[in-house]
This record gives sequence, structure tokens and C-alpha cells, in this order.
Amino acid sequence: MKRFKWLAAAAIVLGLGWLAGGAAQAQDKPIRIGSTLALTGPLSATAQVHKLVGDIYIEDLNKRGGLLGRKVEWIVLDDQSKPDLARTLYEQLVTSDKVDLLMGPYATGAILSAMSVAQRYNKILIHHTFGIPSMAKYDMHFPAWSLGPDPATSVPNTLFDALAALPKPPKTIAIVTSKFPSVHFMSLGAREVAKKRGLTEVLFLEWEFGNRDFGPIAARVKDAKPDFVFVGDIGLEGNMLLEAMKKIDYEPPLHFHLYPAPGPMATGPEGKNALSVTIFEEHPPYTSNPQAAKFVAAFNERAKAAGFAYTHVEVQAAASYTAWQLLEAAVVATKSLDDKVLAEWLKTHQVPTIQGTLRFDRGNNYGDDLMRIKQVQDGNWVTVWPKANAAPGAVLRAP
Amino acid sequence: MTLPSLSLLLQSILSGIFIGGLYGMIGLGLGLSWGLLRQINLTHFGFVFLAAYLCYQMTSVWGVDPLLALLILPPLFLGIGVGMQWLLGRFRISPFNSLLVTFGLTVMIESLIQYVWTADFRKMQSSYGEQKFVIGGLYLPVPELITLGLAIALSFAIWAAMRFTDLGKAMRAMAEDGPIAAAFGINQRALSFILSGVCVALASVAGICFALTFTLTPTQIFAWVGVVFAVVMLGGLGTALGPLTAGIIIGVSEAIAMVLLAPSWAPIVSFSLLIGMLLLRPGKA
Repeated sequence: MKRFKWLAAAAIVLGLGWLAGGAAQAQDKPIRIGSTLALTGPLSATAQVHKLVGDIYIEDLNKRGGLLGRKVEWIVLDDQSKPDLARTLYEQLVTSDKVDLLMGPYATGAILSAMSVAQRYNKILIHHTFGIPSMAKYDMHFPAWSLGPDPATSVPNTLFDALAALPKPPKTIAIVTSKFPSVHFMSLGAREVAKKRGLTEVLFLEWEFGNRDFGPIAARVKDAKPDFVFVGDIGLEGNMLLEAMKKIDYEPPLHFHLYPAPGPMATGPEGKNALSVTIFEEHPPYTSNPQAAKFVAAFNERAKAAGFAYTHVEVQAAASYTAWQLLEAAVVATKSLDDKVLAEWLKTHQVPTIQGTLRFDRGNNYGDDLMRIKQVQDGNWVTVWPKANAAPGAVLRAP
Repeated sequence: MTLPSLSLLLQSILSGIFIGGLYGMIGLGLGLSWGLLRQINLTHFGFVFLAAYLCYQMTSVWGVDPLLALLILPPLFLGIGVGMQWLLGRFRISPFNSLLVTFGLTVMIESLIQYVWTADFRKMQSSYGEQKFVIGGLYLPVPELITLGLAIALSFAIWAAMRFTDLGKAMRAMAEDGPIAAAFGINQRALSFILSGVCVALASVAGICFALTFTLTPTQIFAWVGVVFAVVMLGGLGTALGPLTAGIIIGVSEAIAMVLLAPSWAPIVSFSLLIGMLLLRPGKA
């Protein structure tokens, strides 16, 4: 009997030790955050920016001690720019890799796919650059790109406010646009807003995404003689159109580009005075935030080392960084990795980020529209509107 | 529908001729290898882009004139073409399988380009980019003129070589009936090496023309496959002048559709023309 008691006591001690060891091991295990990015395929030029920002953020986070005292590990898979593959990979991340948290992919199509997986497994999904707020119905998604719930109205209004403040505001407008989904609805919105604000539309054209010959479009814009050209473009389309215009000796008096490839537009001679939208640029007041300044310095250095043609922080990099800031803020504030707890906190709190303070209490978890107007000036993007966000001394330049 | 002004229409037609010249330039080598070697060589598009990136590297980084690249890259690519043919011949790849194998090779070339030059956009800045002629109010940009000039010159040169030289006649005989041609002493293996080399060299010329006009990104490779396939099929497999003619017809049709209707109609044009051709003259495409 005595011998049995000794054995039982030893078993209990061993069992408790094993449990304690297991718990300690769990504490030592890194927090795993899973996502996909378009590391190959047509979206890879922009996705590589998100990859670099994620690497910079996670390295910095781990240097600061990680999250909840644990290191953070980012598992990033290549969705090859295919939304259907992104869906499969997010399933894999949740069910097979059993990651603790998810981070959104790039771009709108892949985010929609990831959102449907997140919804199925009740996972919180913070994402960088989702372009169509009306389609984001899941109540635990959180956009880091602060477009506002109705960007098709609010963004053109910001743009036309900036133009109206010019000494000689434009009276006629040509709207030429790609039919790329997250671009097209914005151009249609701009069309409505322009009409309401009394601008005369002299030309409206649409092209299919992937259009190769911009010569005829450039010739039609030149023929229409607008005061202002609104270009609903994405990626290189804007450059291709401006190059085609240059070949026929036409320079639009004022031209706006919705989502241009930032590098080629800023550095190409035809991009002079081009307008676009932004949430962050490399100048005060944005860089007055020490965290933003530190990030800009790190990104510049790492992007140069990685051989990027354009090494500056702008919309994509800033939205990406903001997404990680949101995730960190929610985990730190709640001391939890529970998706519902994190989502509830984000819905009820405002989060200071490098692009401004974000909130998620309006339509489809969108908050304020923080989109501002920037312009290519002397080979650099600078914010010109509203004045509170403008680079020191910068004003909108018009011919 | 509002009718466009004459200058707008003519400028747009010119734009269509220029892009058609590039379609024809890319389609020339592809059509020859398809028609004469019986290889549906998707790698052709990869080689076009590889040459474009090498031209970018030579011009923007090393300061070489892009037209000098015309002397350096085609011989290099001719060697690559011979090597590829040796590889494909060694594994006795059928026409259908060549589609799969060359697709794989294209993906590898895309990855190589992305590894070396990253996925970022690259724009070649050359002295020709800014130059243009203005004749009667119509603008003729020099890069496009170079492309069109090369497309016409090379198409006619290949046509003449195929028609008037023993080598060309041997190639046509090989394509017509390989075993009979071999019975007459034609060395099919040697001819296929030469032809493959020439086709890949033509791809490199198209790549240089591409870099003169377009901003480069590796993933654009596949964006050109559809329209160039339509050009090759419309122009006739294995013909030298067909791709250029078909390219200009498609380019001009697209441009007219953009001016008279809307730019979003342009992509429908090339395939509508191809379907029309298949329906009306089934043996020709």
C-alpha cells in the first residue's frame, strides 16, 4: 500500500511537470500569422512592396519583444496573383498550418477570396488595399486602406475640391477609364460627381484592362480639348496613355490618375504634374510621426538593397504597414489572440497609424475617407490637398 | 455615333499600323516555327521579353545604343535557338507536347527575368524615345518607325530567302514532306537547327523593338499571346509576309474600333477577324 502511494505521488509530480513543461513550451512557441501575397504573376510588382513591408514590420516587432511575450512568425505563401489559389491557400493556412491569426493578401480579388475563408472559420481579417468597400460584407474584416464607405463619391469630391481652389478651375472634363473592377466604379462615381458640380463632360471612354495600344485613345482626348483629364487607370496604363499623348505632341493641361504605378509615373518625364490619391507620402506632416520616419528610413534602405526601381514609401507600403499596426494594436490592447475579442476591440476603438487615426464604425467596417490628393512635382510625389496634409510649401501646380 | 475628324482617324490608323508592325514582328518567328518546324513555341514570347530586358540592361545600365543591340543580341539568341532545338529534338517532342514544354520554359524565363530585374517596372530611356516626324499634321514617332521598318525588312528578307535560296526551298520541302525531302538529301536536323535559331533571333529583334516602345514588366509576357496567335493564324502558318499583313489588319481594325466605337471594343476585333476567316475560308487559317 505504502509502495502504491509513492508510485501515485511520483506519477502526479511527473504529470504536473509535463503539464507545466507543455504550458511553458506553448508560451515559447511563436505566434504564427498566415497570409498569401502575389509574389508571382501580374500583381507581383506591387505585392513585393507588401512582402518587404511585412518583413520590416515583423523584424522590428520581434526586436521589440514580439506579441504577448512571444516571437511572431509570418508565414507567407505565393498566390500567384490568382484569387482562386488565394482561397485554397487561406484554407490551408487555417486548417492545416493552423496559424494563430490571418493577414490579408494583395489585391482586391484575392482579399475577397481570403475574406470568404475567414468568414467560414470566424477568423479576423485585416487587409491592406481592398478597393470596393461595398463588397466587403464580413463583419470581422478591417481595411487598413482608409477609403471610407463610399469612395466613389468622397474621393472625386476631394479631387474636385482641390481643383476648385485653383485660380482658374477647369470647366470641361474628359473621363477615360480602364474597366478593371476596383477602378471602373470610381470613374463612374467621378462622372456623377463632376456632373453634379457643373463640369461639362467632353469625352467618356472605357478600355479593357490589358489594352496595348493607347494611340487612338490619346488622339481622342487631344481632339476633345478638355481642361482636365480624369484617368481611371491602374498600374502602367496611365504611363502608356501619357506616352501615347506625348507622341502626338499633346500634354493634358491637368491630369489625374487613380491608381498609377507610383515609380514610373513620378520618374517618367510625361508624368509631370500628374495628380493622384494618397494616404501617405515621404514628407511632413506624415513623417513627423517618429514611427513613420523610422519606417521610411528602413523601407528606403531595404527597397534599394532589394533592387526596387522605386524605393519610396507611398500608398501601398503605407497601407501595408498600417495593417500590421492594426493587428499589433488589437493584440496588445486585448492581450488576446481570440479573433472575436480582437474584432470587437477594433470596432469600438480608434487606432493611431502612420496614415492617421483609423476607425471602423461606419458602413462595412469602413471609417473616414483619409484619401488626399498628391502631385508629381520635380520627380517626386508630394501631397497638395487638403492643405493640412500638404508637404511644406507645396501647392497644386497647374499650367 | 459622332464621326471623328479626318486627322483623328488618320492618326489612329497610323497608330494601328505601328502596333500591327509589332504584332507582325513577334508573330514572324512564331509562325515560321509553327508552320515549318511543327512546334507551337510559346517560349518565343519569353525570348521576346528576355531580349527586351537585355536591351534595357545594355541601354539604361551600360549606356549602349539600343540599335547596337541589334548587332549583339540576334547572334546570341540564334545560338540559344539552336540549343533549344537540340534539346527538343533529343526528346522527340510532338507538336502538341511542344506547347506544354515551351509553356514550362516560358515560365522559367519569366522567373529568371523576375529574379534578375525584379517584378518592378523598367522603362528603357533612349535617345530615340523622344524623336518623331510630323508630316501633314500626322505624328510619326521614331521608335515605332524603327519597329515597322524592321518588321517590313525582315518579313521580306525571310520571304525572299524562302522563295529564292536553296536553303529556303529545302526548308519548305522539309515542312511539306519530311521523309521525301530527306530522300532527296535534305538534312532535316541541320535545317531545323538553323530555322529554330533564326526564329529565336527574330524574337530578339522583336524584343528590342518592344523595349523601344513599352515599359517592361515580366508578367506581361502572357498578355501578348492571344493577339499574336490570332495574327499568326490569320496570316497563315509558316508564311513570311502573312504575320505582318495580318498584324497590320488587326492593328488598324482595333484602332478604327477605338475611334468609331469605344476602346473597350478593341480586344474583340482580333478574334472576330480570326473567327470570320475560319468561317469564310476554313483552309486558310
